[in-house]
Amino acid sequence: MSTVAEPRQQPTTGPGLRIAQPVNFVRTVSSEWIKFRTLRSSWLVLVAAIVGVIVIGQLIGYNTGKSFSHLAPEDAAPSGVMQGYYLGQLLIGVLGVLFVTGEYATGMIRSTATAVPRRLPVLGAKALVFGLVAVVTMVPTCIVTFLGAMAFRSHFGHGVSLGDAGNLRVVIGTGIYLALIGLLGGAIGWIVRNTAGGISTLIGLILVVPVLFEVVPGTWAKSISKFFPSNAGSSFVSTVHASNTLTPWTGLVVMVAWVVAAFVLAGVLLKRRDV
Amino acid sequence: MIEARELTKKYGEKTAVDGVTFTVRPGIVTGFLGPNGAGKSTTMRMIVGLDAPTSGSVTVNGKSYAAHASPLHEVGVLLEARAVHTGRSAESHLLAMAATAGISRRRVQEVIELVGLQDVARKRVGAFSLGMGQRLGIAAALLGDPQTIMLDEPVNGLDPEGVRWVRHLLRGLAEEGRTVFVSSHLMSEMALTADHLIVVGRGRLIRDMSVSDFISSASSESVRVRSPQATELRELLLGKGATVSSSARNELDVVGLSTDEIGTTAAAAGLTLHELSPVQASLEEAFMELTGEAVEYRSHTAEESAA
Repeated sequence: MSTVAEPRQQPTTGPGLRIAQPVNFVRTVSSEWIKFRTLRSSWLVLVAAIVGVIVIGQLIGYNTGKSFSHLAPEDAAPSGVMQGYYLGQLLIGVLGVLFVTGEYATGMIRSTATAVPRRLPVLGAKALVFGLVAVVTMVPTCIVTFLGAMAFRSHFGHGVSLGDAGNLRVVIGTGIYLALIGLLGGAIGWIVRNTAGGISTLIGLILVVPVLFEVVPGTWAKSISKFFPSNAGSSFVSTVHASNTLTPWTGLVVMVAWVVAAFVLAGVLLKRRDV
Repeated sequence: MIEARELTKKYGEKTAVDGVTFTVRPGIVTGFLGPNGAGKSTTMRMIVGLDAPTSGSVTVNGKSYAAHASPLHEVGVLLEARAVHTGRSAESHLLAMAATAGISRRRVQEVIELVGLQDVARKRVGAFSLGMGQRLGIAAALLGDPQTIMLDEPVNGLDPEGVRWVRHLLRGLAEEGRTVFVSSHLMSEMALTADHLIVVGRGRLIRDMSVSDFISSASSESVRVRSPQATELRELLLGKGATVSSSARNELDVVGLSTDEIGTTAAAAGLTLHELSPVQASLEEAFMELTGEAVEYRSHTAEESAA
């Protein structure tokens, strides 16, 4: 092996030299942060989400500013310019799934589970690291998106300020929504333990199933549909409160409940199943 | 110290490990030997808590693995299946592992040098050869300076120099008083590395004995005799209680008599000998014989499958 140097024969640790400390949650979090930041794919997907949300927002800002008088109310509303989150949620959701299923796909989970054999701290640490990264990147992304888009609208005389009633909730809320979708992806990743399956499940849950319920005749399906995570979240990030949708804050509570429920299921399965 | 008691693992109908009881002691290298599919990897996975036993128990240094405050300091493990994210560098992988136990960056560099990966430590693990992957796995196992080292097929994919190095390393770790438990499906490798053997086949414990006892008990010695008067000699040897078989004309394989006894017998009867040589069954043959009953996927002859 030309690339490998002659190995030394003996470990250099002296007797009585304590090398390892007890595992705790803080150390597990620091390990998960190292794992997140040392994968190129983490940053690629994150940058794609940031750029996607901002660029789409600017295009919407320009177009809706230009033809403002012909717009439907929900497109004319301040939240109209945030619709790049449709793309953003797919990217951040996939990133959430990958952060977990990447370990199963490569076998890394076996190293992780031997280093932290109680397992649940890993679930918590991954969620904390991912949640913080997502909030810290997505909230500013949404603020930049809004300010830029409104600058375009102002050019046509239709801009509104971030400080106007409800706008802060919509803008910061969109960032929070994206982070929650990413966390939901993570929880699904723990449950499904497979990248393709995890991504399909997430997309099915946030995009496909709600649409199916929309097209079923009768009102019962629609009254269930509004509780799906993407619809509940959409209530939270919209300026206009459409009929047959949840109120903004109820929407947020329902969405958080989905994420919490998914993590409880993930935790039970993680404890119970063989790695 | 690893203690398994009536350890059993079933996957649905299939029993992978079947009531296995053994103790792996410190200060020596204990080989875990068995054909592929005998349950070695499953047993090792149960030792570090990746798989929960269906029944029975296993402890490491007196406690279940998960109950230790600093598990990487108790057991260093290399699993046969790859256990590293291919998108990360070797160094980042070790740093992430180290962080869970507050192990220093210095120690990470130390194990990287110990296994000889310093030139490729910043390269993505996905680009590693099998041998480099094994070295990284061994580095991860040694990271926490563990009392017990457990390696599943560590020499897989290593070149001869690497195999020699692993042998040396394991002996050194055992001499430091650590518990060293290493699996293999190759008897010849175990004979060179291990002091003690735990042999399994089809999930069951077959032998738990020292390597020297295993060799003397398992290998039957025979004597090959060539003589132009083989037929007459054969009668004489059978009369002395030997078991005699013949694989070629004028050639006899004798079990149960020493070369001295055969030579004296032939001389007394005035028979000519062209060859008189002791034949030791190879360890590999002894191992095959021992586990022959326990090999799960044996190749069938046409006759057997027709029956």
